[in-house]
Amino acid sequence: MIALEKPQFAETLLFLEDVTVTFDGFRALNKLGLDVGRGEMRAIIGPNGAGKTTMMDVITGKTRPDEGRVLFGDIDLTRLDEAAIANLGIGRKFQKPTVFENHSVWTNLELALKANRSPWASLRWVLGGEARDKIAATLERINLLPAFASLAGDLSHGQKQWLEIGMLLMQEPELLLVDEPVAGMTDAETEKTAHLLRNIAETRSVVVVEHDMEFVRALNVRVTVLHEGSVLAEGNLDAVQNNQKVIDVYLGR
Amino acid sequence: MIQAPVTPILGRGGVIFLVLLLAVAILVPVLNLFATPGSALHVPDYMVTLIGKYLCYALLALAVDLVWGFCGILSLGHGAFFALGGYAMGMYLMRQIGSRGVYGNPELPDFMVFLNWKELPWYWQGFEYFPFALLMVFLVPGALAFVFGWLAFRSRVTGVYLSIITQAMTFALLLAFFRNDMGFGGNNGLTDFKDILGFPVQASTTRAVLYFCSALALGGCFILARRIVSSKLGLVLVSIRDAESRTRFLGYRVEHYKLFVFTVSAMMAGLAGALYVPQVGIINPSEFSPENSIETVIWTAFGGRGTLWGAALGAIVVNAAKSWFTGLLPDAWLFILGGLFIVVTLFMPKGLAGIFSGWRWAPRPPVTEAAKVSTQAAE
Amino acid sequence: MRSLAAILMLLLMTCGVWASDAAQLINALAPGDFKERETAISALAASGAEEAAPVLQALSGGNLYVRKSDGKVFIAETRGDALALTDPVGMAAAGEGAKADIEKIKINNNLRRLISNALGGLTMVSTDPAARRKAALSVLKSGDPAALPSLEKAISDEKDAGLAALMKQAAAAATLRSDRSDAEKMAAIGVLKERTDRDTAALLTAFAATTDSGLKDAATAAAQSIESTLARWAAVQNVWYGLSLSSVLLLAAIGLAITFGVMGVINMAHGEMVMLGAYTTYVVQGMVAQHAPGLLPYALLLAVPAAFLVSGSVGVALERCVIRFLYGRPLETLLATWGVSLVLQQAVRSIFGPTNKEVTTPAWMSGSVDVGGVLSLTMNRIVILAFALAVFAGLMMLMKASTAGLQMRAVTQNRPMANAMGIRSNWVDALTFGLGSGIAGLAGVALSQIDNVSPNLGQSYIIDSFLVVVFGGVGNLWGTLAGAVTLGVANKFLEPFAGAVLGKILILIAVILFIQKRPRGLFALKGRWVEA
Repeated sequence: MIALEKPQFAETLLFLEDVTVTFDGFRALNKLGLDVGRGEMRAIIGPNGAGKTTMMDVITGKTRPDEGRVLFGDIDLTRLDEAAIANLGIGRKFQKPTVFENHSVWTNLELALKANRSPWASLRWVLGGEARDKIAATLERINLLPAFASLAGDLSHGQKQWLEIGMLLMQEPELLLVDEPVAGMTDAETEKTAHLLRNIAETRSVVVVEHDMEFVRALNVRVTVLHEGSVLAEGNLDAVQNNQKVIDVYLGR
Repeated sequence: MIQAPVTPILGRGGVIFLVLLLAVAILVPVLNLFATPGSALHVPDYMVTLIGKYLCYALLALAVDLVWGFCGILSLGHGAFFALGGYAMGMYLMRQIGSRGVYGNPELPDFMVFLNWKELPWYWQGFEYFPFALLMVFLVPGALAFVFGWLAFRSRVTGVYLSIITQAMTFALLLAFFRNDMGFGGNNGLTDFKDILGFPVQASTTRAVLYFCSALALGGCFILARRIVSSKLGLVLVSIRDAESRTRFLGYRVEHYKLFVFTVSAMMAGLAGALYVPQVGIINPSEFSPENSIETVIWTAFGGRGTLWGAALGAIVVNAAKSWFTGLLPDAWLFILGGLFIVVTLFMPKGLAGIFSGWRWAPRPPVTEAAKVSTQAAE
Repeated sequence: MRSLAAILMLLLMTCGVWASDAAQLINALAPGDFKERETAISALAASGAEEAAPVLQALSGGNLYVRKSDGKVFIAETRGDALALTDPVGMAAAGEGAKADIEKIKINNNLRRLISNALGGLTMVSTDPAARRKAALSVLKSGDPAALPSLEKAISDEKDAGLAALMKQAAAAATLRSDRSDAEKMAAIGVLKERTDRDTAALLTAFAATTDSGLKDAATAAAQSIESTLARWAAVQNVWYGLSLSSVLLLAAIGLAITFGVMGVINMAHGEMVMLGAYTTYVVQGMVAQHAPGLLPYALLLAVPAAFLVSGSVGVALERCVIRFLYGRPLETLLATWGVSLVLQQAVRSIFGPTNKEVTTPAWMSGSVDVGGVLSLTMNRIVILAFALAVFAGLMMLMKASTAGLQMRAVTQNRPMANAMGIRSNWVDALTFGLGSGIAGLAGVALSQIDNVSPNLGQSYIIDSFLVVVFGGVGNLWGTLAGAVTLGVANKFLEPFAGAVLGKILILIAVILFIQKRPRGLFALKGRWVEA
């Protein structure tokens, strides 16, 4: 196994500083700091309630932090809403796969395709040849080409996860936030997913939240451990797994 | 190369609906005006008005279905838009009475003379012109829907909360229009109309034309609504209905989409009200009552939510049943209507349209916000 | 000469009056001019004779006549062409007299005023405390100095401390108009300051305008102090009306807070549960009246459990037959329960008829309580307020401290886990819904006392109740309390400015705007579990 030393990325794409979120006195995030480079893939792990999902919520604009900065390039994300952030180039996959169950697989991708998002533009939208090719290429990439006409609701759990990842790709984001992509997947599907994500990370930054250590190992990337809303440790998986603080947190005190 | 799925603008059901509508639109007035009275084929005048009324209700149900069936916005206040459109038309008709009113005042409607008003309030200005009134038929409900929707959707008021505040909206309007000093005739509303565009409203030919216009409006709005829902905009609306936050995270401004469709729908409801008023000859504040709005929703649900033509059909069937039963067994009607609410929601989630399409109901019921709340809470 | 006689009479009065003296005084009313009649009236009034009051009333009413032949005065009534005479002394009928033989005793407005004031003084010594109170109040209002002597006499005789205080205030009012010393007037201002009514304030202001001395400032200050006290009382009164409305809203909304807030079920038939409670009250009262009339005053107490059971069981049936199939589909639930509400309304209409039903208010709930002499709190409103608070407290205890409440909360928070722990969540659902509906029934008992019992009773409260729950924040009973109080009080404070209807419209608009600002209500839960 190659010991991964901190790779130096030319540019920090995502930068969180002192982000704090409180829900009724409970600190979901506590002065959280994080930076993700352009083109980097990062795995986030941590026990339940560590603040992983809340961190995603803050980055994508669903939750406003009480304090702190969230910079994407030079833009402060804390002032923008979900749609604006998505259009800046941040895509998000939910923990529970959420696709449009009453739409076909094809339509799901067509809706995700990067285009003018205004109602007026949507009303006059005509599917062009180039868009058609893009959708077809993505279908191929997420292994759903044969199922393109089925309703998304009829897909298996794993297929929905892929469809959702495919939808992220259609958005052509610079940063993908992926929450537990392999939950409920078979081993074969997990392996395919790892492959898919590594493939994606060649051109984009990816942040993956995952519980499955085997999967994280398979990704072979830098790992950040969250605990009680702040960063507990950071480094490659082996280093993190041998960190005494991390062992204490996971094995319980 | 794979064939991309395309949603047809009309679809089989839509085409059948339009053909039937066209047939009814032409046959009824023709049989009314040209068949010999007393013959089996003759359609009496009251029947023309009655069916015309049903067509207006059908258009209202279509408007409700556009927001509820496709975007998941359960408006319990669409009756307010209907009534506002009706009032706009009623104001035009009041101004046409001129000096033929009881008090013979050429400028002021009777109820204003009665209240000792000296001049026409500013908001009555311009309603003597038909084009202006027609513009207001769309603009007033549209503006209310826009402002209300802008506030509500921007603050992400959804689900039952939205339903309750739409109900509160129409309730507030009901109370307001009951007030005499609002200048809309108070309790009695606007009535005793004489003519429209110079033709007497009571005349058979005028009624036949109004009837035909109602059918035309229903058909036109149906095509417009189908055009909207079969476009990508319509796909986005369904996405919002089924998974609002997913849609948001794809970069769609959900509030803009909702606002668009809510406003369009309110304008359709306004048009329905405007066609309704000259046919029934009166508009009063009771049209704002929350019961009316909820009843409209059940027409839509009964006919088949999310099909548009089903909603229109539901409105016609339920109202025909209402006319029949209130004549036959007046006490039983509320039992039947109440039962309809229960039976439709429990056993007929796809409504009549579901029966007609041979119980082919592939899509599962949409995952609602509350279901998600409970699953999240369970986590 | 005449005034001398009057003084003599006064002296006589103190040692008791004989009938013959009374007759003499009465007969003195007839001769002479208005000036002399004035003195005679004063003398009669000052005598305190029991005939004085009816005679003066008759004189003021134009029913006092004099017989030309002997100058004897009678109270008379026209009967046909003749007059039926009554001898004022002893009030005995004295036959008839021809109109020609008898002459009406004329008076002018000056005399009328004098009589009315004199009558005030006369009743001051009446044996009936209510009459004395009335007399004192009339002087207080008029501030006539003529009444001063009789008042002062009355004060010294008065045994009732409250009445004596009132008379002192009346005397003070009269003192201001009299020619007494400034010191006495100053004392009078001090006494009047204690009163809190608009008339006294006006009296003081009027007095301030007539004088330039140091009294002017004192009177103005006293008037202002009364005005500000009045303003405070007006606010208190609005708060009371508001609280009264709040208690009704709370009763109607609290059951909804359980079904909507705790279970997430929109029950549009909630208003009909209230209506059923009101009709249960009607039926219970009818049954008690028929079988045990002696218990009638307590029929309302019997109606409380009965209404809870009736509405509660209808609620359980509704949950078992309709709502449980619609969990997780709030909009469908809304429509189905609306249908149920139509059916229930029509059922009640078919059984009891469309007209309002009469529910009697027991004696212990009628009447009112005076606070500060200004505010009158009706008993039924007080009872309803207490009842609403009791229901709220009881419900709080049930939710917080009992096993049933614990199970309810467990199922709300985590259904699968609750199931796993052996809680029958089905039954908890049904019973929770029954509880919410039962409380609606209790609301019906209360509403039957202040509103018409008709099939539409529930409809008038349903929108308000929803607004209370939504405004207060769903899933929080304290929020419901806060919502009810806020909306109730705000409503009553707006009414004087905007009128009832416009006030209600303003409240509706305010709540609509508020929900936009805080979509989850006043006491909303915050956190990631709230919204998907």
